[in-house]
Amino acid sequence: MKKTVIELQNVKRDFVVGEEVVHALRGVSFKIHEGEFVTIMGTSGSGKSTLLNQLGCLDTPTSGEYLLDGIPVRKMKRRERAVLRNRKIGFVFQNYNLLAKTTAVENVELPLMYNSSVSARERRERAIKALEAVGLGNRLMHLSNQMSGGQMQRVAIARALVNDPAVILADEATGNLDTRTSFEILVLFQELFAQGRTIIFVTHNPEIAQYSSRNIVLRDGLVKEDVQNTNILSAAEALAALPPIEE
Amino acid sequence: MHLTNLFKIALRAINTNKLRSFLTMLGIIIGVAAVIAMIAIGEGSKQSIQSNIASMGSNMISIHPGADRRAGGVRQDASAMETLKLKDYELLKAEAKFIKAISPTVSSSGQCIFGNNNTPSSMYGVSIGYLDIRQLKVEEGDMFTEEDIRTSAKVCVIGKTVADNLFTKGEDPVGRVIRFKSIPFRVVGVLKSKGYNTFGMDQDNLILAPYTTVMKRIMAITYLNNISVSALTEEHTEQAIEELTTLLRQSHKLREGIDEDNFNIHSQKEMMEMMNSTADVMTTLLLCVACISLIVGGIGIMNIMYVSVTERTKEIGLRMSVGARGIDILAQFLIEAILLSITGGIIGVVVGCLISNAVESIAQWPVSIQPWSIMLSFAVCTFTGIFFGWYPAKKAANLDPIEALRYE
Repeated sequence: MKKTVIELQNVKRDFVVGEEVVHALRGVSFKIHEGEFVTIMGTSGSGKSTLLNQLGCLDTPTSGEYLLDGIPVRKMKRRERAVLRNRKIGFVFQNYNLLAKTTAVENVELPLMYNSSVSARERRERAIKALEAVGLGNRLMHLSNQMSGGQMQRVAIARALVNDPAVILADEATGNLDTRTSFEILVLFQELFAQGRTIIFVTHNPEIAQYSSRNIVLRDGLVKEDVQNTNILSAAEALAALPPIEE
Repeated sequence: MHLTNLFKIALRAINTNKLRSFLTMLGIIIGVAAVIAMIAIGEGSKQSIQSNIASMGSNMISIHPGADRRAGGVRQDASAMETLKLKDYELLKAEAKFIKAISPTVSSSGQCIFGNNNTPSSMYGVSIGYLDIRQLKVEEGDMFTEEDIRTSAKVCVIGKTVADNLFTKGEDPVGRVIRFKSIPFRVVGVLKSKGYNTFGMDQDNLILAPYTTVMKRIMAITYLNNISVSALTEEHTEQAIEELTTLLRQSHKLREGIDEDNFNIHSQKEMMEMMNSTADVMTTLLLCVACISLIVGGIGIMNIMYVSVTERTKEIGLRMSVGARGIDILAQFLIEAILLSITGGIIGVVVGCLISNAVESIAQWPVSIQPWSIMLSFAVCTFTGIFFGWYPAKKAANLDPIEALRYE
């Protein structure tokens, strides 16, 4: 049995909007083990974003418990959750969220800047290694505004990898990219999956579920479907099958 | 989180927004430059007043006769009082330890004649020590001698103005005989010019003669108008005044605790303090204006930092999502504000010094750049940075990472 990285125990999250109470999550329970590539899908308003915020320790459940790498999160203080995010989680956002006018390597260094146990030298080495891992070893000193969307997302993925997190949380990571680039990013995720990384990919695009090892579907704040994917498609093959770029 | 990392982050933020950073600093630059320049101008005028007074002898003390209050009766003008005698002078000269030079002074005004020229002037009967006390120098010829004093010789040393007015044909005054109140005096020396003093008095319109001569041959008096003394140094002035008071009280046989002094002792220090207080009021006023501009500069920083926080909400959200704690964000913006204000301060100091020098060379005002004003400016800058940076930084630190990430 593999180590459990994420464990949700009947997690509920209510928001008070004016006088009404909105139940965004109505009791979600599941476990994610090390080395899984999970897609979380759902339509708008299904509680996807709220769940992502819970998983990312950006928010805490109203009730229930969330264990990240065995650590209970619900009663943690803001400050403690920040440290937890720094050490255990790597975020990849839809719109990349890179620092403007900043080099790739400096962007990747960012999480380590907030970890005082990492020296400046080690920080630089790890950032370079992470960039090489995403295939940007030759673009270390490019500024974020000099790069294409695909390159920026690669930098963002490198940034998510640099702290060697327990889980990588991707929020619509291919949402802003064209088909070809989306597949390129998916190939990268599959490579990371093959290396044994735990990946959670939140998306509303059903196609992506075919490339992951497990698919969780949310509806109205509850888990509607949770299936293992026995036939994982290769994103690399799909990329190769795309019509060639017309010059 | 390492402080060095925070500095790097803040520096990067300033670097990516160079123009805006500079504009933010501008307020501080103007404020600091104003403070430095104002203090330099204020101190400069203060020092010029001081040196003016020092040229009259900064350690100078004068003893004037006062009313003899023991007997009651008619109160008289100081010049008519006869409480200061030659024996007082001789006693002080022999006994006082904290004095460098001492001279009795008797003075008389009158017309001075040479050939067909005449000029109004004052004759001061003094001893040789007077030159030292009043910082006078004999330019041509010599000072009269102790022998001249002993014999009440009719010799004198004249000031530049007197010399110019009497000897219009370019004669050498030394050795000539002039008449003061019809009494002939042989000129033995001419004083070096001192020009006008702060009050517009011509310091060169005087004649010095042995006090014995003036007392006996011109004024026919046995008392002194005053006694001029110079303390060992400016710092010894207080001690010297105390000593002189004690000695004079003994000499005048005034009873301890019963009789009041029948003389007045003044030092240049008092005069200097009065002049300084005037200069200080000016400096304080200028400083107030400068401080207001510094505060305005600080508000400028606050304003920009506030906008900067709003503009960089998304960046803050990202930093928080990758593990920045509230305190890290707070520190980042605070350091940014402090760096802005200190950098502004440094530029301000340079600009302030340049302005001071420009004022000195163009307007010919005396200026003196004070190291303490630079230190003060730095302290105020840092404080301004912290004070005005705090609120925006706190706002940034309290942002909700989810909201911040979603901010467009």
